[in-house]
Amino acid sequence: MAQGTPESDRSLTLTRRQFVGAVTTTAGLATTGGSASATEDGVPVSLTVNGKHHAVVVDARTSLLDLLREDLQLTGTHKGCDQGACGACTVLLDGRRINSCLTLAVMHDGAELTTIEGLAEGGELHPLQRAFIDTDAFQCGYCTAGQIMSGVGCIREGHCGSGTEIREWMSGNICRCGAYQNIVAAVQQAAKES
Amino acid sequence: MTDMATGTPLSRVDGLLKVTGGADYAADHNPPGLLHAVLVTSTVSRATITGIDTAKARALPGVADVITDFGGVKLPFPAGEISFFGQPVAIALAGTLQQAQHAASVVAVRVTEKPAVTSMDDRQAIAVPSEEVADYARGDADAALKAGPIVLDNSFTVARENHNPMELPATVAQWSGDELTVWDKTQWVQGTGKHIAAALDVPESSVRVICPFIGGAFGSAGRTWPHQVLAAYAARRVKRPVKLVLTRKQMYSGVGYRPESRQRLALAAGADGRITGIVHELKTETARYEAYSEDAAELPKMLYTSPNVRSTYRLVPVDVSAGTFMRGPGFVTGAFALESTLDELAERVDIDPVELRLRNVADRNQITGTPFTQERFADCLRRGAEAFGWARRRPPKARREGNLLIGMGMASAAHPNYMSAASAVARINADGTAVVASATADMGPGTATAMSQLAADGLGLPVAKVRAMLGDSTLPTAPMHAGSATLASIGSAVHTASVAVRDAVVRMAVLDPASPLYQADPATVTVHNGVMSAPGHGSERYGDVLRRHGKDSIDSTQTWKPGDGKKASSYEFGAVFAEVSVDIRLGLVRIRRMRGVYDIGRVVNPKLAHSQAIGGLVGGIGMALLESTARDHRDGRIVNANMADYLVPVHADVPDLEAEFLDGADTASTPIGVKGAAELVIIGVPAAIANAVYNATGVRVRDLPITLDKLL
Ligand code: FES
Ligand code: FES
Repeated sequence: MAQGTPESDRSLTLTRRQFVGAVTTTAGLATTGGSASATEDGVPVSLTVNGKHHAVVVDARTSLLDLLREDLQLTGTHKGCDQGACGACTVLLDGRRINSCLTLAVMHDGAELTTIEGLAEGGELHPLQRAFIDTDAFQCGYCTAGQIMSGVGCIREGHCGSGTEIREWMSGNICRCGAYQNIVAAVQQAAKES
Repeated sequence: MTDMATGTPLSRVDGLLKVTGGADYAADHNPPGLLHAVLVTSTVSRATITGIDTAKARALPGVADVITDFGGVKLPFPAGEISFFGQPVAIALAGTLQQAQHAASVVAVRVTEKPAVTSMDDRQAIAVPSEEVADYARGDADAALKAGPIVLDNSFTVARENHNPMELPATVAQWSGDELTVWDKTQWVQGTGKHIAAALDVPESSVRVICPFIGGAFGSAGRTWPHQVLAAYAARRVKRPVKLVLTRKQMYSGVGYRPESRQRLALAAGADGRITGIVHELKTETARYEAYSEDAAELPKMLYTSPNVRSTYRLVPVDVSAGTFMRGPGFVTGAFALESTLDELAERVDIDPVELRLRNVADRNQITGTPFTQERFADCLRRGAEAFGWARRRPPKARREGNLLIGMGMASAAHPNYMSAASAVARINADGTAVVASATADMGPGTATAMSQLAADGLGLPVAKVRAMLGDSTLPTAPMHAGSATLASIGSAVHTASVAVRDAVVRMAVLDPASPLYQADPATVTVHNGVMSAPGHGSERYGDVLRRHGKDSIDSTQTWKPGDGKKASSYEFGAVFAEVSVDIRLGLVRIRRMRGVYDIGRVVNPKLAHSQAIGGLVGGIGMALLESTARDHRDGRIVNANMADYLVPVHADVPDLEAEFLDGADTASTPIGVKGAAELVIIGVPAAIANAVYNATGVRVRDLPITLDKLL
């Protein structure tokens, strides 16, 4: 039989009472000289993801990626390496692209995130999403969320002067299916539109 | 019909899901009450386990269990022993991933180490015959080598490679009473169901496996691996749903690899470039607890006319995890040796490499003696040479741009058109929509899209009205999604089922006095946009006749089986051309251009086939220049078990690549004229690149990958 303690199963939607309780516990620890416990009740974090406000209490060890996937059920952002080496987990943090596996959720209290689920606006796909479909910029689709978020960053940063420049600035996003040239074509197409 | 869906560059039917994050991969499932499982794996290559201390792990918050005995579950390696570095020895289960990871990290495994041999080159590693690949001989190849006049005799090595798909291996297992549901990363839902059932000793019918999307696999999710069985086993023990995702590091020893290989390829030829004899001696590493052989011997025996061939394949069992098929298994390895050697021969006899191959092209399979169903090999060579501008190729070391030496190379590719029996169901709904389904999978080529296109044509419906379903073990029987066999096999089943259900509705109509098609000859009835019509008769929709018969839908499940292949040999062919630059100061090889020309029969979707082909070229670039699983043979540890140190091609490594397909349909092989593509498109690539490097630098590299140290 399972011996899991009930408090270990994090609820996705914390009630206000639980939330306040968690804050109190953390504060209590702080006043007794200990750091916020990494394993007990956790650390409160509030962030806005795709325009929606979330107030959660997280285990301090939780990466931003795991927060999205396991706690907020936003599973469109993928884990490819969990080590910052593949780009599959790329999201926009306060408008800038970042590997969400490589940073802790507690470091981003108050941040604004955009993930692949929040890129389309009012049911209208982002031009880069449309371009990905047009140019067949994927096969398996697993790297795609990261490629698109990174591509949006690349366009915003103005690194789309040429195919070579795009390749350079997109090289943190691995596509093992080898859809590279179609991804570059999609970024070029969307860059023209924006 | 002019508006056939087959042959059109339709965008992927699941493209919208893939660009919005809506495609569900195995690890995306979070059933309520889920526990996270993290494997504890061995840090030695051979040992006896004397104890596992879990007290510290169990005392951590949130930890539900730490399983160490694996009692009652069948695994491929012996219990209580360590057979390879990275073997699962315990499972930590906790409410959150962080808790489970922490728990796994403090489990202490005590072992008594035994001497391990992990390198196939170790003096204590003894080669044994492969039970799957028999020794082969025709004529007297050794005598041909003695006779000459031209003899080339060289050794080739290929490093171990890991598939490294972007998706990590993942399994979510949930029991409900005696029924098990598994959301899994697998290329074969029904095989995985069967294997998990066997490993846990439960009826096959009690296991359902679901996998609608695969985040790449390249062979690594074909067989069922221990972690899949262990996830289901753990879920049964703790009576909670369990999610087990391997880490990238664990993937390197958890889901197979392309085995490291050693080859001797000796070739004799006349001054006219005609091959007179081939001796091919081949060895690959394998696990001691499980033999894995691959078809690396096939192409040197099969592809070119040579009256004399001798071929042997040996396995070298060592203390490593099991290998498995990785894209173009064996064929790409054998082709590297064969096609590099032909390049050398071309230079020795001073004949253009393309012309040399044309002189040795066979019109029939040289092993079986049977003609090919379609023989377009020479067409691929000629078309590729023309389109690539091969005539501009210069002698070795003759082209230089500043610090860059430029070279061109080419190689042939061939692969058997594997096919298997497969079933599919096609259903026509009275509302004018249709569904086709089979328990197949889609690791990226676009199975669902191609199924929709073939079904649309079989049913006489627009493709937008057809929905394809796959990746669920409860659907009609399908073979493993592997060996380039899916489209030929599943596509033929989809076609057969679609035509069968269309014919069933047509029959209903012509027998129905209330139908405008009453008493029409069924053979004259055509269906267009779901409207049946026949000359001299009126027309009506599928839905009209179904509704009159009180039916919401009608379906047909059909099984398609390939022929026995005794009369003809079904093969895919191709030719690959590459242009590289090599920086003389750095030894750095860059790909400048590549083109593949392929005969894969009918192309169902040129857009997706092109993506698949360039994907194969990119995989081949990795194999040629970058990929190597580095190991420390003192303890068998994989040194570069991460995506930063195991190099794969990235954006900046890959220019725009070109792929084209010869027109045509191989209807002798399948009713839809399709042949496979997935393996073919990687097969000649490493050799073409190595030959281009030689043409650029005059340095012949026979060891993959071609890293800069080999050129300095
Ligand atoms: S998962 Fe974050 S970079 Fe690979
Ligand atoms: S589409 Fe499969 S990894 Fe990029």
